[in-house]
Amino acid sequence: MNRRPIDRESPDRLYTVTGGRTRADETAFDSVSLIVSECEPVPGMQSEHVKILQLARRPTAVVEISAELRLPVSVVKILLRDLLDTGRITVRHPSAGATAGKPDPDILRQVLVALNDL
Amino acid sequence: MRTPLRDSAADAMKIVVVGGFGVGKTTMVGSVSEIRPLSTEEVMTEASVGIDDASRVRTKTTTTVAFDFGRITVSDSTVLYLFGAPGQERFWFVWDQLFAGSLGAVVLVDTRRLEDSFYSIDRLEHHDMPFVVAVNRFAGGPSLDAVREALDLSPGIPLVDCDARERQSCKHVLITLVEHLTRLYV
Ligand SMILES: Nc1nc2c(ncn2[C@@H]2O[C@H](COP(=O)(O)OP(=O)(O)O)[C@@H](O)[C@H]2O)c(=O)[nH]1
Ligand SMILES: [Mg+2]
Repeated sequence: MNRRPIDRESPDRLYTVTGGRTRADETAFDSVSLIVSECEPVPGMQSEHVKILQLARRPTAVVEISAELRLPVSVVKILLRDLLDTGRITVRHPSAGATAGKPDPDILRQVLVALNDL
Repeated sequence: MRTPLRDSAADAMKIVVVGGFGVGKTTMVGSVSEIRPLSTEEVMTEASVGIDDASRVRTKTTTTVAFDFGRITVSDSTVLYLFGAPGQERFWFVWDQLFAGSLGAVVLVDTRRLEDSFYSIDRLEHHDMPFVVAVNRFAGGPSLDAVREALDLSPGIPLVDCDARERQSCKHVLITLVEHLTRLYV
């Protein structure tokens, strides 16, 4: 795969995009939580927020946003926190988190069918 | 080119492929994914360092792990993400940040470097994460029985051969995992 590494040359960028914060509330987002924009970007918005709102016009997983923005997952979670707090996005959480490690048998059956169809 | 999810997508699941460098993780993810695999990174936060090893809190080093992923549509509302992740020690510091709540894992092994997978198998057991072991057959090598013995795998853990370049073969590995999960939970 050809991709440039994530900002190894400029660690300051990570600091800048998050306003110096290093932690998000990790519980607000799973790595595969699906993010959905609830508004369009507005002038003056931080460019990373603009990109997230554009990507998430369709549901988009946190890791996909991370890959598209070329920012580490935990940095993306901090950016998402801002957007969530201001009502600009909504989050569709994975159901696996709610079932304490025991997947719904129906879901497993659906996954088997989908895999068989590959 | 990005392929967005459907508007109705509401629930995402994950399966993780772990293994040493060059064992075929990226190849396997690419073989079954409906999108071109994407890659990204996670950095270990100081908080998570503190949980695993209090002595490291004082050092300001951040650990970065790279991983890649693809996805498979399960239904209008459900999507499965397949992650390829390195099995080395530092990777496990970010396991909870990234892979808590996974359905299960595939440990991909190369028989020429079986010892690369000892640590991953230990950690998956420690995390109570169900897994299967898949031998990516580069060329010949020991029988599955010999591999099972060398890895000291308990009889209940499925062990299969695969060719990470072949979609049907990777599909078989994933089906083996989901059938294993079904036996565990249903
Ligand atoms: N002969 C053979 N080569 C493979 C197989 N799977 C992967 N490879 C090759 O091995 C190399 C490493 O694979 P990659 O997927 O990048 O490994 P990763 O580091 O685990 O992600 C690549 O050049 C692959 O094309 C296989 O089953 N047989
Ligand atoms: Mg790889």
